[in-house]
Amino acid sequence: MKKVIVFITLKQGVLDPQGKAVQTSLHSLGFQEVEEARIGKYIELYVEDQENVSERVQAMCEQLLANPVIEDYRFEIEEAVHS
Amino acid sequence: MLQVSEISPEQIETDKIYRGMGLSEQEYNMVKAILKRRPNFTEIGIFSVMWSEHCSYKTSKPLLKKFPTKAANVLQGPGEGAGIIDIGDNQAVVFKVESHNHPSAVEPYQGAATGVGGIIRDVFSMGARPIALLNSLRFGNLTSDRVKYLFQEVVHGIAGYGNCVGVPTVGGEVQFDDNYEGNPLVNAMCVGLINHEDIQKGVAAGVGNTVIYAGAATGRDGIHGATFASDDLAEDANKDRPAVQVGDPFMEKLLIEACLEVIHSDALVGMQDMGAAGLTSSASEMASSAGTGMEMNLDLVPQRELNMTAYELMLSESQERMLLVVKKGREQEIIDVFEKYGLQAVAVGEVIEEKTFRLIHHGNIVADIPVDALAEEAPVYHMLSEEPEYFRRFQQMEESIPHVENFTGTLKALLEQPTIASKEWVYDQYDSMVQTNTVITPGSDAAIVRIKGTDKALAMTTDCNSRYMYLDPETGGKVAVAEAARNIVCSGATPLGLTDGLNFGNPTRHEIFWQMEKSVAGMSAACRLLKTPVISGNVSLYNESKGKAIFPTPVVGMVGLIESLDHVTSSFFQRAGDVIFLIGETKPEFGGSELQNILAEGDTDEIYSGKAPAIDLEVEAKRQSQLLDAIRQSIVQSAHDLSEGGLAVALAESVFTDKGLGVRAALSGDMTVELFSETQSRFLVSVKPEDVERFKEIIDDARQIGVVTDDGQYTIFGNGKQVIAEDAEALCQRWKGAIPCLLKSRV
Amino acid sequence: MKFAVIVFPGSNCDRDMYHAVKDILGEEADLVWYENSNLANYDAILLPGGFSYGDYLRSGSIAATSDCLKQIKAHAAKGKPVLGVCNGFQILLEAGLLPGAMLCNKNLAFMCHQEKLRVANHTTLFTSEYEENEIVQFPIAHGEGNYFCDEATIKELRKNKQIVFTYEANPNGSTEDIAGIINREGNVLGMMPHPERAVEALLGSADGLKVFQSIVMNWRNSYVASV
Repeated sequence: MKKVIVFITLKQGVLDPQGKAVQTSLHSLGFQEVEEARIGKYIELYVEDQENVSERVQAMCEQLLANPVIEDYRFEIEEAVHS
Repeated sequence: MLQVSEISPEQIETDKIYRGMGLSEQEYNMVKAILKRRPNFTEIGIFSVMWSEHCSYKTSKPLLKKFPTKAANVLQGPGEGAGIIDIGDNQAVVFKVESHNHPSAVEPYQGAATGVGGIIRDVFSMGARPIALLNSLRFGNLTSDRVKYLFQEVVHGIAGYGNCVGVPTVGGEVQFDDNYEGNPLVNAMCVGLINHEDIQKGVAAGVGNTVIYAGAATGRDGIHGATFASDDLAEDANKDRPAVQVGDPFMEKLLIEACLEVIHSDALVGMQDMGAAGLTSSASEMASSAGTGMEMNLDLVPQRELNMTAYELMLSESQERMLLVVKKGREQEIIDVFEKYGLQAVAVGEVIEEKTFRLIHHGNIVADIPVDALAEEAPVYHMLSEEPEYFRRFQQMEESIPHVENFTGTLKALLEQPTIASKEWVYDQYDSMVQTNTVITPGSDAAIVRIKGTDKALAMTTDCNSRYMYLDPETGGKVAVAEAARNIVCSGATPLGLTDGLNFGNPTRHEIFWQMEKSVAGMSAACRLLKTPVISGNVSLYNESKGKAIFPTPVVGMVGLIESLDHVTSSFFQRAGDVIFLIGETKPEFGGSELQNILAEGDTDEIYSGKAPAIDLEVEAKRQSQLLDAIRQSIVQSAHDLSEGGLAVALAESVFTDKGLGVRAALSGDMTVELFSETQSRFLVSVKPEDVERFKEIIDDARQIGVVTDDGQYTIFGNGKQVIAEDAEALCQRWKGAIPCLLKSRV
Repeated sequence: MKFAVIVFPGSNCDRDMYHAVKDILGEEADLVWYENSNLANYDAILLPGGFSYGDYLRSGSIAATSDCLKQIKAHAAKGKPVLGVCNGFQILLEAGLLPGAMLCNKNLAFMCHQEKLRVANHTTLFTSEYEENEIVQFPIAHGEGNYFCDEATIKELRKNKQIVFTYEANPNGSTEDIAGIINREGNVLGMMPHPERAVEALLGSADGLKVFQSIVMNWRNSYVASV
C-alpha cells in the first residue's frame, strides 16, 4: 500500500482572495514578515501497490483532482504505515 | 476525553458518575427505582440525555402547558417534529423554530449550520417539503473581535448549509446587545408545505415491523450535545469543542429528496429525524408515542469510526440521519429509494410488543429500559419564582422624555445602530430566491413565499424585542406576539399561528424563572386574543456566561396566509403623491428604546431602564383587523409596523427603495416623542390620494401625516418648523453601510 | 420542443428550471436523473444550478466526470443547444465544453440579489429575442462566479463574440465583467445569473424568459427549415 499526498495550489498569477485575506489578517496580528499567503488543497490517497503509481496519480490529478486552468499540483508517494 | 472503557454500575453509583452527565442524585435514584436495579453505563447515558432539559423540558413543561395550542385549523400541535396548520385546498403549512445557541458559541460556523440542518429535518420528517428558512440571531455589540467573528461565522454557517440544501433563507432578525456577548443566540426556523395525505408521524407502530436507519454513518461527534445545550457555558467554552457536530448539507439534500420520495410508499409506518440525543431520542420517542417497544442491534448501525461503544452509538449526534419504521417484508422498497440517492439505509431492529427499549451490542443486552420512562416519565420540576428587585424599581420610575437637541443627528445615529441598520450584509449571503417562490425578499416586514399552482402565499417573520422582555417580561411577551402579528398583517396576511423559541438563563435562579413565567403569561394572553395558537417550539435554558444571564428572549416565529396574491403588500413606499398615514396615537415611551440605548453610551451599567411600552391587546387586535380589511380592499400601497427607533426610523425604512422617492411629513407635539418613542400598536401606511376617504372610513385611529414625494428628500416639519431635511439616498447609504463598516473597523 | 433538465445529486434549481420551461414557457420538459439517462430524444439540455456533489473538490468538478456529461458532449457535438446556469455553467467549464474556470467571489462570500446585465451578443440562439446591448435584470446566487481565463482565451472570446452577457456593475471580480459565455460553435451557453428565476414579474423580473424563447424560436426555425 502506498500513501500518496497531493498538494494543489492556485497557479502563480491567479488571484487568491482567500490567501490575500489570510495575509491581511496575519499582518494585523503583527506578523509583518508575511510577504504572501497562498491557500491550496491537501489530499491523501491510499493506493494499492503497482508499478506505475506515479503515472496513475498524475492522470488522477489531470482528470479530476486539479483544474489545470487555475491550479498546479505536485505529489509525494510514500509507504503507507498501517496503524 | 470521552469515557470509552465501560464503568461498572456500582462505580457509577459510588463515584457519582451520573453527576458529570447532568443527572442529580435524586434523578439517579429515580432511574434505579424504574429499573429496579442499578443502571449500567449505557443506560445512565441514555437517561441523562433523555432527561436533559433539551429533550424533556423538565423545568419548562409546567409553563408550556399555558400556551393555547388548539384551533380548528391546527392539524398538529406541539409534540411532533413540527406543528401543522391547514391552509385549505388540501394543503397545510408545517413549521418550527429551534435553537443552537451553545454549539454556536463554541464553533459558530458548524453550530449555526447544524442548527439549520436540524430544523429542516424536523420539517421534512413530517413529510413536508421545506420551502423557507428564517433565523433569529442575537450577538454582543460589534465592538470586539470575538463578537465580530461569531457574527460573521454564524452567518457563513447559515449560508453554507441553507444555500447548499436549496431551501431559501427568506427572513429573520439580528439584534445586538452586550448581554449576548458571551452567549450568542442562534434560532433557526423552517417552514414546509405538505398535502394532507402526506402527513407523517414519528410512530413505531405495528409489532414486528422493521426499524430502518438511513443517512450518514454514526461517528463520535456531538456526544452529550443535548446535555451540553442544557448547561451554562463554561468560561473557557473552547474546551467543550468535541461536543460540536459537523454538518454535511449535500447529504441533507439527498436525504430530503429520498425521504419525500418514501412518504408516498404505503410501506412506511413512521419517520423521525435523529436530532438532539440522536438514536436514543428518536427510537424511544417513536416507540413511546405508538405504545410499543423496540429492539435494536447496534452492530448493524452504520459506523464511521472503529470500536464505538454502545454508549457512543446511542448518544452520538452525528448529523443527517433518519429513523424509519417500515412494514415487515417491504424493507427493500424503502432501501432502494435511499440507495438511488447514494444513501445508506439498513434494518437495525424491530418493533416489539413489550414496552421496553432493548439494545443489543456484540451479542449482549446493553440496555433494557421501559420506553415510557424515557419519553413520558421524565421528572418535572416546579421551580421557584421571585420578582426581581430591578423590576420593582423600573416600574416605579416616572416616564421621562430624553433630551434630544439634534433630531437629524439622532436619526442618523439610530440608522447606524446595528440593530436598526440594514441587514443586507447578512441576507445577501443567503440564497433567498431558490425554489422561485419568494415574492418579498428579506428586508420588508415579513417575507412572502407564494404557493405555486394557487393564488395564495405565506407570510413569515421572526420577532422578539428582548429589551422590553427584560424590563417587563409579561408586557414584552405580549409585544413579541403582537409585533410578529403586525408584521404578518402589514404583508397582507392573516396570522395563522406561531412557533416559539424560548431562550432564557438558568431556571434554578428564581429571577430567571420569574422571567420565564411572566413571558409565557404575556405571550399566551396575546396568542389568545390575536388567535395565533402555538403549534411548536423549543426551549433553550442556561444561556449565561460569566454568571450573567441573557435578556429573556422568547423568539416568536409566525406564519400567515395571504388568500390572494393581489393582497401582497410591502413596507416600501410605492409612488410619489401617495398619502402617508400613521395609525395609532404616540405616547412618551422610551423604556428599552433604541433612543435610550444610544443616549446611554458610556454608562454601560444599566443601559435600559423604566417601563416597557404598554400594550392594549384589544386595541392591537382591532387595528390589525382594520388594516387587513383595508389591504384586502386594495387601498393600501405600503404598510410598515413601527418598532425600534419609532416613527423617524419607520419613515426612513419605507423610503429606502431604489425608486428615488422622498417623504415629507408634518408632525405636532413634542418632537422627541413624535419621532423616536416606541409606543406599540402603530402602523405607517401609504394610500393613493383617491383612496384616502375610503381608507379613513375603514381605519379608526389613522392620522394623515404627510406625502410620498419624488424629490428624494427626507423632510420632517415639527409644529410648523423644519426639523429634519436630508437626502434620502445619503441616509440610506449610512443605514446600509453601518454593519459592513463596524465589521471592517479594528478594535 | 422537448427539454431535459438534468438532475445531479445536489442540484437544487432543477425544479425552478423545469417550472420556467414547462409552466411559464409552455414547452415539454422532463427532470432527468443523471444516472442511466437517455438524452437522445431531447432537443435541448438544461444544466440547472445548485451544489452538485456539495461543491466538493471544486464546484462542478465531480458532475463533470459523470457518464451523463459524455452524452451531453455528444448532444452538443450535433449542434443541439446546451444551457448551463450557475452550477451548470461551472460543470460546463470543468467538463471542458467552455473555456476558463471559476474562482471564489472577490469578497469571499456567497451573494444573492438582482443584478443588471448587458446582452453583449444578441445574435446567439439563446439571445436572439433580445435587442442589441439590451440591459436586463436577472438574479445571481453564487459563491464562485468569479470567471477566470488567460489572456489568450480572452482574446479568442472577444474575437469570436463568445461573451454573451456582462455585468453592468461587476459583483464578483469576474474577468472582463463576464456573466455568460458561449462556445465557438454557438450552441453551448454557460452563465452565472439565473434566467429561470427571472420569468415572472411577480418575483421581480421576467427578463429571463427571452433566453428560453430564443431557444424555442431558433429550434422552430431550424426544424421548419429542415422539414
